[in-house]
Amino acid sequence: MTRVRYLIARRVVQVAILLLYFGGNYYGWKMLTGDLSSSSILGTVPLSDPYAVLQMFVAGAVISSNILIGAAIIFLFYALIGGRAFCSWVCPVNIITDAANWTRRKFGFDMVAKKQPSTRHLRYWVLVISLIISFFLGLTAFEFVSPISMVHRGIIFGMGFGWAAMAILYLFDLFVLKNGWCGHICPLGGFYSIIGKFRLLKVKHDSVACTGCMNCKVVCPESQVLHMIDKVSVPVTSGECTNCGRCIDVCEDNALGFFLKVKNNNEGEINNEKNE
Amino acid sequence: MNHKQEKVKSYRQPLSKSRRGFLGTTRNIGLAILGGLTWSAYVDEAKANKLLLRPPGALKESDFLKTCIKCGLCVDACRNRNGNIIFDDNGKRVGTKDPTLRLAVPGDNKPLGNPFFIARENPCFMCDDIPCVPACPSGALDILSVTNKKTKKLDINMARMGLAVVHKESCIAYWGLQCDACYRACPLMGKALSINMQMNKRTGKHAFLLPVVHSDICTGCGLCEKACIVEKAAIFVLPRELAMGKVGTHYVKGWDKKDQQRVGVAQSIHTIDKRSEKKAIDKLNNPGGLLDD
Repeated sequence: MTRVRYLIARRVVQVAILLLYFGGNYYGWKMLTGDLSSSSILGTVPLSDPYAVLQMFVAGAVISSNILIGAAIIFLFYALIGGRAFCSWVCPVNIITDAANWTRRKFGFDMVAKKQPSTRHLRYWVLVISLIISFFLGLTAFEFVSPISMVHRGIIFGMGFGWAAMAILYLFDLFVLKNGWCGHICPLGGFYSIIGKFRLLKVKHDSVACTGCMNCKVVCPESQVLHMIDKVSVPVTSGECTNCGRCIDVCEDNALGFFLKVKNNNEGEINNEKNE
Repeated sequence: MNHKQEKVKSYRQPLSKSRRGFLGTTRNIGLAILGGLTWSAYVDEAKANKLLLRPPGALKESDFLKTCIKCGLCVDACRNRNGNIIFDDNGKRVGTKDPTLRLAVPGDNKPLGNPFFIARENPCFMCDDIPCVPACPSGALDILSVTNKKTKKLDINMARMGLAVVHKESCIAYWGLQCDACYRACPLMGKALSINMQMNKRTGKHAFLLPVVHSDICTGCGLCEKACIVEKAAIFVLPRELAMGKVGTHYVKGWDKKDQQRVGVAQSIHTIDKRSEKKAIDKLNNPGGLLDD
């Protein structure tokens, strides 16, 4: 059971958020209305996607105070605490790409196509290009094509051909590029990678306890962030870590765990190196 | 070593570090341009859809597209508005009717995620409290545009979602049959849509009851389009820019003092050239050589 603790917690959070939105539309619940682009808690606290707002700003829109406050709340939450937690704890696309990854591992597709033909920096390029297009065409470029929106809006307001977007994401991640969408292309993930760099909630690693089984690197969707495994006891500092906790789940040696760095001290960093 | 072998060898030589870096950067920039252009082309096509009706108070389309954050709170409000919720006999909520507003989904071929409505399927019922507009967090639905400046109260009659247009060849009232379904359905009956009565010369004793839309009052709610009894509505709502003409500035209503003020103390300009240096009457009196013999 402990091996899927965070996995189950994430699925519960993801589904609960979508359910609240869905109920907000179809049953008139007031708890959480709107969708992941912009929403309202109990009809009072605004929440907005800061990346969408950035595109609106670049496109030349007049940003309302409601939207601005909502974007600030979300921005501060992920910048100060969660980091890229949106990707693994909220975004519904995560369920699809995790499924593709699971299929990859289960059937051994990784063995067939081992070489990754693309760089993970691609998402920052996409991020920059989306802002350039937003500026020149005067609209929110990524919001026009975002499969994330197609999926969550599809679930909340009606799907249309949105299922095709889901199938494309699944097949792309399964057969074309491992962690293709979430780990390479998605500019929203890139955006949260940048703002989440100095988050407080991080994964810590104890290289003394580590036996080097590399289970964590197998399941990690951003395995480059786990470069310290079995080498040094430092926390995961890369902004690309989604704080999904999957590595903690699969670690059988208690060498990984979350820690919240509230004060500027070395709590969580274990300073004795392996083989010392 | 002949020339060919030399060439093959040069291909096989490992690239220098700087050359490798240069090629890599060039490739990345090239791919970025490729992706950017493809993306822009798609988005530019997608936004070009002009045939859609926006909720009340919507900004003009180009501003609307950049301001709307696609949250669907207007759709929430429209679905859960007064009168749209279905209750059972015990007063318990059992569901809702389909809302007027909906967000464009893949397959609608409209800018994705923005709210719109299809009048023939589900027109705007022009709620007095306009639930959709105050729900908008972004200002894409402009509350001031539907607020009466004097009373400071919401006034749905100020909305301009579109304009009803009549296709008279498919309107049976123009055939001489008695139908005033659109007129009866209009929430501003007699103001936005009136009946123009004309004599039917074919029968000699009946009247045509012809629907006429007044663009200064019509809100574009689409209740007339929904009510139209023919197979494909003969009265239908178009976005205002598509349905309306424009006179421009070069025609002035001389009988309208206010309109006349636009031109101030304008005077006519006489251009004199070879043809107009003489007056026409002088030319007639002195045809110059024609009568000489």
